[in-house]
Amino acid sequence: MTASRESSPLTIKDLRGSTGRRRRELIIRSLFFMSAATAVLISILIVVALIGQAVLFITKVDLSSLVSGSWQPRAGNFDLAAIIAGTFVIASIAMLVAAPLGLGAAIFLAEYARPRVRRTIKPILEVLAAIPSVVLGFFTLTVLTPRVVDVICPGPTPIFNMAGAGIAVGILITPLVASIAEDSMYAVPNSLREASYGLGARRRVTSLKVVVPSAVSGITAALIVGFSRAVGETMIVALAAGGVGGAIFNLNPCMPGQTMTAAMTALAVGSDQAGGGIAYSSLFFVGLLLFVMTLTLNLISERFVRRLRSAY
Amino acid sequence: MAYAGRISTPATSAAVERALLGHKRPVGEWLFQGFLLLSLVIALGVLLWLLTDVFVRSLPVWQERGVQSFVSSPLSSDPAKAGIAQGIFGSILLMVIVTVLVIPIGTAAAIYLEEYAPDNAVTRLLNTTVRNLAGVPAVVYGLLGLSVFVALLNDVGNNGRNMLAGGLTLAIVVLPIVIITAAEALRAVPSTIREAGFGVGATKWEVVRSHVLPYAAPGIFTGIILTIARAFGETAPLLLVGAAAGGFGQAASATLVERLTGPYTALPTTIYAWATLPQAEFKALTAAAIVVLLAVVLIINAIAIILRNRYERRW
Repeated sequence: MTASRESSPLTIKDLRGSTGRRRRELIIRSLFFMSAATAVLISILIVVALIGQAVLFITKVDLSSLVSGSWQPRAGNFDLAAIIAGTFVIASIAMLVAAPLGLGAAIFLAEYARPRVRRTIKPILEVLAAIPSVVLGFFTLTVLTPRVVDVICPGPTPIFNMAGAGIAVGILITPLVASIAEDSMYAVPNSLREASYGLGARRRVTSLKVVVPSAVSGITAALIVGFSRAVGETMIVALAAGGVGGAIFNLNPCMPGQTMTAAMTALAVGSDQAGGGIAYSSLFFVGLLLFVMTLTLNLISERFVRRLRSAY
Repeated sequence: MAYAGRISTPATSAAVERALLGHKRPVGEWLFQGFLLLSLVIALGVLLWLLTDVFVRSLPVWQERGVQSFVSSPLSSDPAKAGIAQGIFGSILLMVIVTVLVIPIGTAAAIYLEEYAPDNAVTRLLNTTVRNLAGVPAVVYGLLGLSVFVALLNDVGNNGRNMLAGGLTLAIVVLPIVIITAAEALRAVPSTIREAGFGVGATKWEVVRSHVLPYAAPGIFTGIILTIARAFGETAPLLLVGAAAGGFGQAASATLVERLTGPYTALPTTIYAWATLPQAEFKALTAAAIVVLLAVVLIINAIAIILRNRYERRW
């Protein structure tokens, strides 16, 4: 090789290295690409699996059963409004809990807490976020409902109710909301705060009139992601909101209800092992609805995050 | 007050302070700060409340049965005999399946997205897909597992409702999170490290293997550990792909293959099943199982946080 180089000028080919090395590069690169492509494959599988059975459900379902006022798949009642109402009641209660708690905690950590406190509290919030939701479901049944909901709700409250589940879902998503909102407030440049202090504003005015408006995209994203997580939360609702056999249309949070997610687990846990049948298909229709809803929410929140990134 | 020392008398300093504060006590300021502190205290207080309540509730089980008996007994409808041995075994084996699948695929995907992918439409599609998959509710992945893995593994054992199907489903639930955290860890490695490698004639893979990965490894592993903790507590998808809720028998001599393809349960699904039972005795058992689950999840999280704090590197 050295002999040929002396006689002829150096070419690009010489610099490329050995063919074996190049082939190895190509193989590794394609392996990595295929790994990344599994994500797309999974998405396609989800959509195909859901749409196939969902279409089956729509073509087979008796249209009058869609407005029957209750969701009882085994009795042939498929009123989607009942479980969509349950989903929104519980997710709204969750937001009523998580928005003030999460944003309050976020403002405290970003604007008031000393660096040391911030460094200690953030990991603890992460731990709170790591608690499995089935644990919070049990906590709701044994503590939140008898001790908290019973006090808030007038009269005797059923042990399974949407208020307890909603509060628990709110607690579950609080760390998530706090963490995303805190990140966006922490990213606001200090010069804005200093300008505000220079004009004589106190910390509260600086936080609320300068920092929060500057971080509004991230805060909105935090709330949307939190809502999306609340809509998709399953185990707390399956354990604590009631309606295992089905649910009638109900907007009163002190009464039992069922969400789309809980309807899916109730059907899957109780169903006969043999798949098939219209109740089985309804599972996928609800799944598709849930998938589209959370996907839309996530896409919107991503828009907001991107706006934040372009600002600073 | 920093200026108090320089102003001659307390009376004048009080007057100056009053003038600066506009003759008003900052009540709004106090209230606001009080509200902020309160929200943080509530968020953390609930955590403390939950931990103590569950622990106190579980005490009878530890006192009457002992840890040994509780963790080594199989599921049973008799509260005096029921234990979480099958749940622990199932959860550990599920985590092994998840780890084996997710570490190579997740890391490889992240390496492609961060190191190899050109800036084009395909890459943007891949990135968007991964981010959106991370936001899909776990229960929807359960449906995917039910219609794909359970159907594919139908002939393998227990009508497809076996541990392989459960493990595959859980792996898919957490894969997007692994990819995202690994990609973040890779992104944190400065490009000068790569350029140094390319400068001496290394190929892309050689640079990634011996320069980028060693620096990104702590971050990647922290992400994987946190993901395992999350998969450990994941319940809904397992319910959909048919983890057993009631008791099931399995010969003590069953081989690994028989266990992988037979009926199974996991710790969180055991908790779910027990929490729905009406008998009061099962409340204590549920609490005891939760203590075990939380201990595992919190220890894994603590390890991850310590690892991150220890090896975190600022460039």
